[in-house]
Amino acid sequence: MVSREYVIVVGCGRLGSLLANRLSSLGNSVVAIDRDEMAFENLSTEFSGFRVTGDAAELAVLRQAKIDRAGALVAVTSLDNVNLMVAQVAQKVFGVPQVLARVNDPSREAVYREFGIETICPTSLSSAAFLSALGESWEDEQP
Amino acid sequence: MNVILLGGGETVETIYFLARLFVRRGYGVTIVDPDPAEAQMLSRRVKATVLVGDGSDPVVLEEAGARQADLVLSLTPQDPDNLVACQVAQKLYGVPRTLALVNDPENEEVFRRLGITEVFSSTQVIGSLIEGRTVYDEITQLFPADEGRLYVTEVVLDGDAPVTGKALQELELPGGSLIVAIIRDGHVVVPGGQDRLQVADRLIAIAHPEQHEDLLRALAGEEA
Repeated sequence: MVSREYVIVVGCGRLGSLLANRLSSLGNSVVAIDRDEMAFENLSTEFSGFRVTGDAAELAVLRQAKIDRAGALVAVTSLDNVNLMVAQVAQKVFGVPQVLARVNDPSREAVYREFGIETICPTSLSSAAFLSALGESWEDEQP
Repeated sequence: MNVILLGGGETVETIYFLARLFVRRGYGVTIVDPDPAEAQMLSRRVKATVLVGDGSDPVVLEEAGARQADLVLSLTPQDPDNLVACQVAQKLYGVPRTLALVNDPENEEVFRRLGITEVFSSTQVIGSLIEGRTVYDEITQLFPADEGRLYVTEVVLDGDAPVTGKALQELELPGGSLIVAIIRDGHVVVPGGQDRLQVADRLIAIAHPEQHEDLLRALAGEEA
């Protein structure tokens, strides 16, 4: 990703805050959105971006985060349907050029693909990482 | 006709009444509710197949018979869940009609753009009912009978109503409509042609859906 981009991070839990911190320290302009104001306490002191409290499934909240200016949006809440909806709205309603969604349930990755949304499944990724850490002979046995 | 109803929580009563209505019409009804206690209650009260699960989960939807369904109605209290459930039904299982409830009225347009065939927002529906009330002030009740092939309406006559003071036989009512009762001073009168209509009469009228608007206009005046 080019640095100094305007990025929206939806969901400020462990994954979202980590992403927001990294993106911010890389020099991007970052907006973190979460329904729960307490979630922003996960952000580090180096985070220089903005915080928007609200449900990103509401257009008003996305507008408040100035989504029309965003170069990228990552939807990483713990709710797959919220991620899927926000990602589609970002892509198809606001035309955000780069959109990524987290999918928690690996069996639903196929659904996201059907909707034309690029996804990352932390469950599949960490399972693969565990298997590879166990050694080469285990890697072929992953489902 | 096979219908799948998704919902629960705040919407469980709506689900129940819709299911009952559909069952009475002879439709095959399957309900998916995430709450086991609610699902059990529903299965006791209505002759429908009830599954416990998340209706936006493709596996659950398939189990609910999405491949054979003609209509999926998603009425959960969460907009993202309704959107995804309808999209899964449509794109993965080819369900021809999907109906979603939106809680945030702004999402109505969003849902349509994302391919949901029918979207309704309860805020909007209630809003238009209230607006409609100011126009259709005289009409206090309206309900469809015989599965919508007949409308039963109650109209209260005010002084401006064109029919006030006239005898029933002088009225020019549209064909396919009839005044079946007049409620006057708390008494129900089954009227004859000689009976004259008075201010504050409550008329019970029936009409075919096509004649319904004309009937209202004839009884209540132009604005109706």
